[in-house]
Amino acid sequence: MKVGADKSKTGNSIVENRESLRRLREILFANVVIAGEIPSPTGAEQRLTRFLSDRYTECGLNDISQDQAGNVAAVIAGSSPKRNLLVTAHVDKVWTDADDHTISVGVGEMSGRGIADNGLGVAVLATLPSIIQELGVKFESNLILLGTTRSFGRGDLGGMRFFLDHTDRDIDSALCVEGMNLGRLSYSSLGMARGVISAETSGEASNFEEATSGVIAALNRLVAEMLKINQQEYPAIKLLIGSIEAGSGYNVPPGVGKVRFEIRGEDAGKVAKIEKAVLGLVSQAQVGDTTSLKVEMIAHREPGDLGEKHPLVCQARGALEELGIEPRVEPSISELSALLDKRIPALTLGITKGANRHTPKEMIYLDPIFDGLAQLVSVLQFMDSGRFAFDG
Amino acid sequence: MAALDDRISKWLGTNTFHHSEFWDMQELVRAKEESGLSISLCIPTLNEEKTIGKEIIVFKSELMDRYPLIDEIAVIDSGSVDQTLEIAASYGADTYLSSEILPDHGFKAGKGENLWKAIHQLRGDIICYVDADIKNIHPKFVTGLVAPLIYRPEIQYVKAFYDRPLAMPEGVRPSGGGRVTEILVRPLFSIFFPELTALMQPLSGEYAVRREMLETLPFPIGYGVETSHLIDVYQGHGLEAFAQTDLDKRVHRNQSTIDLGKMSFGILQSFLNRLKHYDIVSELPEVKGLFRQLQAEGRRYEMLNREIIEEERPPMITLPEYRERHGRK
Repeated sequence: MKVGADKSKTGNSIVENRESLRRLREILFANVVIAGEIPSPTGAEQRLTRFLSDRYTECGLNDISQDQAGNVAAVIAGSSPKRNLLVTAHVDKVWTDADDHTISVGVGEMSGRGIADNGLGVAVLATLPSIIQELGVKFESNLILLGTTRSFGRGDLGGMRFFLDHTDRDIDSALCVEGMNLGRLSYSSLGMARGVISAETSGEASNFEEATSGVIAALNRLVAEMLKINQQEYPAIKLLIGSIEAGSGYNVPPGVGKVRFEIRGEDAGKVAKIEKAVLGLVSQAQVGDTTSLKVEMIAHREPGDLGEKHPLVCQARGALEELGIEPRVEPSISELSALLDKRIPALTLGITKGANRHTPKEMIYLDPIFDGLAQLVSVLQFMDSGRFAFDG
Repeated sequence: MAALDDRISKWLGTNTFHHSEFWDMQELVRAKEESGLSISLCIPTLNEEKTIGKEIIVFKSELMDRYPLIDEIAVIDSGSVDQTLEIAASYGADTYLSSEILPDHGFKAGKGENLWKAIHQLRGDIICYVDADIKNIHPKFVTGLVAPLIYRPEIQYVKAFYDRPLAMPEGVRPSGGGRVTEILVRPLFSIFFPELTALMQPLSGEYAVRREMLETLPFPIGYGVETSHLIDVYQGHGLEAFAQTDLDKRVHRNQSTIDLGKMSFGILQSFLNRLKHYDIVSELPEVKGLFRQLQAEGRRYEMLNREIIEEERPPMITLPEYRERHGRK
């Protein structure tokens, strides 16, 4: 089988497809705005899955379903019903219901909370039936379009894991769609362990430190020790301190506090070793008599790797190069790792360029979206052209 | 008074809608095509670059490409100095400078000017006006307003409302129809045009109107355009010509009290002009002291009449007791 990104089954080159897809501009952009403005915090994604489901109904798809995890799946039937390709985007966002989800539209760009991660990914998933129809592409395989819930934080890829554990269809291969960044090529997943350290005081402060800083000094010392561990193993293993929170003002020492951390790396054994070291630090930490510390591990991932020479990886790289985009290899800890865990050949692709991810000023550029879509269709067509073993 | 209350109550039941009643877009498009009506969407603008792009994208995609409900989207601009027109054009709207429409009639700065010139420039049998500063834009802002005109030929003028005055233990929520409505317009309507108090949000900037009605109306070019329209349509055709649709929630920028003062002054001018036009000033109605507010329970709306009697005392100097006590003659 030839690997490359020359002509599609419709006879159009990837560049011609990109230009054809501009005809869907209004429909796609409207989906980006609507998907961007619907709040969808992890564990409460039903408004965005409803949007996705409604869009599939409007497109005339018949096989639309929602599972117990809240995932929405729709099937575009192929000519060979025994084969199944999965295209998936997570529907949860890092923002809460109370955050302002207003999307602003400028010349050539849009901005607002969650527009890249993963409003755009959801919009692409919602528009995919129209994209396929516009290009006149026919697939032998069934295309399963899946919006997954509970990706972030404590969600721990719950939606994708549930789907993979319960679907009665064998998945040949899969594509995960993320809003940004175009050029991203993720075919390996890192080992990961994610946890929360909680500190709490009870009763009268037992020493100077508790009386003047509550739990802050204890957490501060703990973080300093964690950084020392990180120093020894960095960069093979990264121990990331994602947030530290305690207190609400100027003059009341806080009685509760939290540190959220994540350990990630390609070597599962070393990730586990660092996790054990952090657990040991917490159990042996020097704290006052009235302060208690506890750690809760909330998510784990096993590392996985499709390999840089896998045909899917080569195809995606070729598609990007044909579009004049420099591929950038980027290991993932998102849905891809659940798929690789199941030894399903899978990639994560980014749709456009953007900036300020996970900030209120998250933004995406509009024109590169059509490169991202052309790339996605090219890889999907290649996936449809045959079965690929996990080991290539 | 009971007859008036009955008329209002009946009208609230038959001519007040919720946008969700028109959820079936395919049916709405079918009814529109069967009616032979064409629909123009007009968005008046002045420096609205932050929100105009999103409105155009959503309306064009959902109401032209996906469901062919509207026939044209036009932005009529008062002379923006930001990128309003460039952004609107880049997403597929027809863009016009108000000053270039009917140039022989000059140009006056004001939203009403754009609305008036839209009647000349646009082609639709129905013109739907939607303000450009809506942050939570959604197709319902158009479908909820044009649907009553498509389904009910006798209706001429459909107003939007958003912030429903919910019945609460402590009374009606004070922000029912907006501050200027509750403080200025509703009290004036209660005295002069009690039936118009049935409109939840008489000043809302979103409404859809039949061309044959619009072309007969004078247009104040400033803040008074909506109030003036309501009075003119009511005087000529009665409450039955109106409908109103609940569009749930509208998120937009808040105006300062200073700006609301300016708005109120403009509205008051237009209101007094209409009184003069209909020769009502010389025959002021008897002030009955009945103030009409609205309340909603779910989707059932009803009038809440409050008697507010402003009694008056004479000047103290006219009282003998006072003059005697204080040695005044």
